[in-house]
Amino acid sequence: MARPEQAPGIRPRISLGRRLDIAARCAFPAGCTVMLMLLTQIPFGIADQAALLFAITLPCVYVWSLARPTALPPPVMFLIGLLFDLLGYLPLGVGPLTLLTVHGLSLRWRPMLLAKGFLSGWLAFCGFALGAALLAWALIAALLFQPLPVGPALFEALLSVALYPAFAILFLRAYGTIADPERA
Amino acid sequence: MIRLSIQARQALAKLTLPVLIAASFGLMLLGKADALLADRARMVLADALAPIYLLLAEPLGGLHQSVAAVSGLWELRAENARLREENERLLRWQSVALALDAENQRLKANLRWIPDPAPSYVTARVVADAGGLYAKAVLLAAGPNHGIHKGEIALDERGLVGRVTEIGARTARVLLLTDLNSRIPVILETSRAHAILVGTNGARPRLLYWPEGSAPQEGERVVTSAEAAAFPANLPVGSVHVSATNVPEVVPAAMLDRLEVVRIFDYGMGGVATPEAPLRLPERRGR
Repeated sequence: MARPEQAPGIRPRISLGRRLDIAARCAFPAGCTVMLMLLTQIPFGIADQAALLFAITLPCVYVWSLARPTALPPPVMFLIGLLFDLLGYLPLGVGPLTLLTVHGLSLRWRPMLLAKGFLSGWLAFCGFALGAALLAWALIAALLFQPLPVGPALFEALLSVALYPAFAILFLRAYGTIADPERA
Repeated sequence: MIRLSIQARQALAKLTLPVLIAASFGLMLLGKADALLADRARMVLADALAPIYLLLAEPLGGLHQSVAAVSGLWELRAENARLREENERLLRWQSVALALDAENQRLKANLRWIPDPAPSYVTARVVADAGGLYAKAVLLAAGPNHGIHKGEIALDERGLVGRVTEIGARTARVLLLTDLNSRIPVILETSRAHAILVGTNGARPRLLYWPEGSAPQEGERVVTSAEAAAFPANLPVGSVHVSATNVPEVVPAAMLDRLEVVRIFDYGMGGVATPEAPLRLPERRGR
């Protein structure tokens, strides 16, 4: 379906309210991701809460990269990565590189990933989560110049795989409803 | 706005990702070149977010309490029996402690002992987890003009928590003693042997460099040492636990995984300083 703005013909100017509505819907993916990232920093008193930041950011990035690649364009992804570094007390640059890599690879394999069902998407996400966690782990160890235990990295990958379905279902619902600019 | 042809725009869109990936590498170099840049950015972010976290802390605390109340109801009887038994034991200890304290005072009076100055302290609420996967730290909301300085010592009601490493306008970051970069001079209480407590990023930091012949014993109390003038002597740190692989570790006395309120003590320690930002005027310590 062609967007109403692109269809030929004369139409009334878009009102301010509608423009705000469209902007809010376009900002939903990034806004939602940032909000969830900030929420992970509240001390809930859960053991190993630090793994939550990665485990929540990665499904957000992956799901929106597949569902609507324009929702989180690379510059926004870069800023989210920067926030990831600052909140997670990681060396600068680790977050942007990891998230942009996930974004780029999921875009490249998008047709293949979308053709299969939800379950294969989840399976593919296992690979993405493991790869991203190990990439981040290697980068941090290299930048801090000290050997780091690989256990926490594997744990956060596992946690993100476990949390993936919840986010995927939520965001796919939002994709067709509140986050859809065409419904404004 | 500059109007570009569709081809040019498509080419630009294709270029964004590689350029930003290159920028990430650039950011890594920048972070390596200026290590304080990231710290400053973090404290600015923490200062901006602290009011939100402080606002959320109230209902969250209520939630924690109600959950604790419900789970407490569940095991009320067992808990009651345990507390009664513990209370009896502690009362016996109290009389011993009082007698020892009186004796200690008397001996000190005879020796013309110079008493330690009473430290000043401020109490602050823990509002956020300021650590990451490879860093253990908490963020305190201290309010403006908090008077907390770098290197001051954080304690909870049971024991040592860590040291203040970064100061924001209304926040302070406390590096926990379990952090990878934490090194604390300690004394093993029974043998009076010195050792260094090294954070491992796990729940239990490890003991290193104790003198030969006085290996840490299981259950032995560990307190801070005044060596290097970074800590005052005899702050409770925890007790020794020898792990399955025969590595002596310390179970921290402080409840590091559920810190809510900590006290920041100013012992006026001028020993091993935490790294100071260059080009920054020394803060006035007048109070």
